[in-house]
Amino acid sequence: MGRKILTEHINVPGIQGYDAYRQHGGYRSVEKALKMAPNDIVEEVKKSGLRGRGGAGFPTGMKWSFIDKKSGRPRHLVCNADESEPGTFKDRYMMEKIPHLLVEGMITSSIALEANLSYIYIRGEYMWVYRILERAINEAYAKGWLGKNIQGSGYDLDLYVTCGAGAYICGEETALIESLEGKRGNPRIKPPFPAVVGLYGNPTVVNNVETIMDIPWIVMNGGEEFAKIGIGKSTGTKLISASGHIRKPGVYEIDLSISVEEFVMSDEYLGGMYSDRPLKACVPGGSSVPILPAELLFKTAKGEQRMMTYESMSDGGFATGSMIGSGGFIVYDDTTCVVRNTWNFARFYHHESCGQCSPCREGTGWMEKILYRLENGYGTQEDIDLLWDIQRKIEGNTICPLGDAAAWPVAAAIRHFRHEFEYHVRYPEKIKDRKHFEYEPWEKVKHLMGSKEAVAV
Amino acid sequence: MPKVTIDGVSIEVEAGTTILNAARKIGGDLVPPAMCYYSKLKGSGGKCRVCLVEISKGSEANPNPMPKLQASCCTPIADGMEVKNMTSQKVQDMRKGVVEFLLINHPLDCPICDQAGECDLQNLGFDYGAQTTRYQEGRRTFDKIDIGDKIQLHMTRCILCYRCTYVADQLTPHRDHGVLNRGDASEISTYISHAIDNDFSGNMIDVCPVGALTDKTFRFKSRVWFLKPYRAHRQCSHEKCNGQVDLWMFGNDVYRVTARKDEYHEVESFICNECRFDHKNKADWTIEGPRKLEKWSVINQGKYMKRTAEVNIDTEKALLLGRDQDRKRISMVAPEEAKKK
Ligand SMILES: Cc1cc2nc3c(=O)[nH]c(=O)nc-3n(C[C@H](O)[C@H](O)[C@H](O)COP(=O)(O)O)c2cc1C
Ligand code: SF4
Ligand code: SF4
Ligand code: FES
Repeated sequence: MGRKILTEHINVPGIQGYDAYRQHGGYRSVEKALKMAPNDIVEEVKKSGLRGRGGAGFPTGMKWSFIDKKSGRPRHLVCNADESEPGTFKDRYMMEKIPHLLVEGMITSSIALEANLSYIYIRGEYMWVYRILERAINEAYAKGWLGKNIQGSGYDLDLYVTCGAGAYICGEETALIESLEGKRGNPRIKPPFPAVVGLYGNPTVVNNVETIMDIPWIVMNGGEEFAKIGIGKSTGTKLISASGHIRKPGVYEIDLSISVEEFVMSDEYLGGMYSDRPLKACVPGGSSVPILPAELLFKTAKGEQRMMTYESMSDGGFATGSMIGSGGFIVYDDTTCVVRNTWNFARFYHHESCGQCSPCREGTGWMEKILYRLENGYGTQEDIDLLWDIQRKIEGNTICPLGDAAAWPVAAAIRHFRHEFEYHVRYPEKIKDRKHFEYEPWEKVKHLMGSKEAVAV
Repeated sequence: MPKVTIDGVSIEVEAGTTILNAARKIGGDLVPPAMCYYSKLKGSGGKCRVCLVEISKGSEANPNPMPKLQASCCTPIADGMEVKNMTSQKVQDMRKGVVEFLLINHPLDCPICDQAGECDLQNLGFDYGAQTTRYQEGRRTFDKIDIGDKIQLHMTRCILCYRCTYVADQLTPHRDHGVLNRGDASEISTYISHAIDNDFSGNMIDVCPVGALTDKTFRFKSRVWFLKPYRAHRQCSHEKCNGQVDLWMFGNDVYRVTARKDEYHEVESFICNECRFDHKNKADWTIEGPRKLEKWSVINQGKYMKRTAEVNIDTEKALLLGRDQDRKRISMVAPEEAKKK
């Protein structure tokens, strides 16, 4: 059994409410933090090695130390609860089940950053979660954890929860800030980074829900204790939202030290493949990260065991690795059509591009159209190369990483599953039915494609 | 002052200058193209990505190259930075890609577009465009909306550079239009077809790099290269307008009035709508002389520069002659008549 930092009390009856939460040690980190020097808390977080759980994995302590405290401008902490990455649903689960942990984390983190006005930005589709958080915040105000002169310490903090209008791009931190300011959610051009010029022009830190929820534990138990869990630079525990063809989908809190094989196959976690079909591929970190074929999932290209850590997951770069990303772990069995899956992702990014920069605005739509053609049997061999060329011209040339996120899944699908794209081109009558791989999985039709194995590009 | 080297040419510029502006100080072919950046509009730039350059050396302090190409219009220089634009194969390749992206949904209706001849996208397409398209799907179209009696909006031609929204934000008292929707469905629009009506709105036409915003009082009147631009001014009563314009004339007729533009096609000073739309009469203006044109400009037709010494408004004859020659060359005889002959 791994350590449970976030989910320890999740099944306690009534933990959604203040009383039960307080009885189980809630808000103690605020009491402790109020007695600490703010910079000591930042040091503690630095020591913990906690890395941002929103996707990029940037060390949180370092991010906090960048915040401009000298200019004398007011500072803000913003919690990114815009979770909209396909395959990721951990933040919602946590906020629904134990909303006070987020409120407590927000207060403790705001103390560390010396912020007096903080926000939670939640996606519009999570309206009921918004209400849950509102209630929790009201309770915290009533009990004197928020507002003026918190617990007689002289420290003031106001916390608001704000609702987005349903745009994935508003999860990007600068777009989120624009949206919070009441503007169109277009990502800003960086630099300046939010730590210098953020919300209303003030220094701002944007952190993911899970990152913030880790803070109370770190304050209570110390950063070193946190760093003891996990391997190397992947410290602590991580929430994984598991979905797809597995026996037990759901949200899991894992130590960042177990192997992928254990995670997928053991009964403690995912419980193996659904109806024992063979594993075909896995998207380990939400739709933006490269897809991994079965042979590269449990073992890296070097033949080492792949672990659930930031480093091991990205071992081999994009050629043979992937990323842990936001922890949206999607498992596919052999009935899945990778072309269809890639098209589905491409459709998402096409729909969610903000339309500011040309490569992403035009390229995402173009890729979707080509993938649609391929998926429906109207594609040509050149289309596959064209697709490769388009993704290459989007990646790295855009304002925000959504362009990259749109390009990577397409690139990885072509890299590892080119044979399936070619199958779609050469046997259009066989793939007409969208369930074609359910009737005839790839293993059964592979001989049609000759002896040629997957060609890496 | 920090020193930056662009395509092997070094220059010292003030700290905080962007790469694009440093390149413009040097001038010549090494200046990256810009479709969305506009030096007179605060906050513009960073969107079109045609100005991407390679930074082969970050700075003296940190000489590592930057892994990604950077938008030169919004990347400040650092001391000792080395930038590659025309000399970088990667930049040329990616720029071709960006131009292709800009063109896949562009209607390419240059033959009926008033911007043709002074269109930045045409120039860019000439330099970086492909001969054929790899795009097979239908091009995007938009419902037509009316934004008032002076300005024509052709949304299909728009490249979403956002310049016109900055004009509205920074020059006019209130903004009536903006970007609706997102992704490739984004469109410039007024909220619920509300007409744009204020004294400086006409400048949107000038900043628009393509033919998405054109002058209704000039629409379909003439191709720009049949007109001759003259520097002219008038006493303008509007406090923010200095009345300094370019008159586009055919013979003694004023066909249109625009603000003066510099070599990067940026407006020198913005003009009011009265000057632009309501004074199409030569008598209203004091003419200073012909405007200088770049030697490769189609407006120039390879002839105009020679004449800059003498101010000659009576150019009609010469122009008509030129047209006649063109006509003979292009042969506008209908096919049936040609058969009869
Ligand atoms: C297109 C895009 C969407 C994003 N969506 C989210 C999101 O839904 N939730 C989130 O926490 N971070 C999201 N991020 C990452 C944020 O920009 C930012 O890195 C994160 O909130 C930082 O928090 P962390 O340091 O705690 O990870 C997104 C980034 C991009 C580029
Ligand atoms: S990459 Fe896409 S989502 Fe990001 S700023 Fe550019 S157009 Fe918008
Ligand atoms: S209408 Fe013209 S100026 Fe406005 S965004 Fe489109 S291309 Fe740019
Ligand atoms: S001019 Fe730099 S991105 Fe458009």
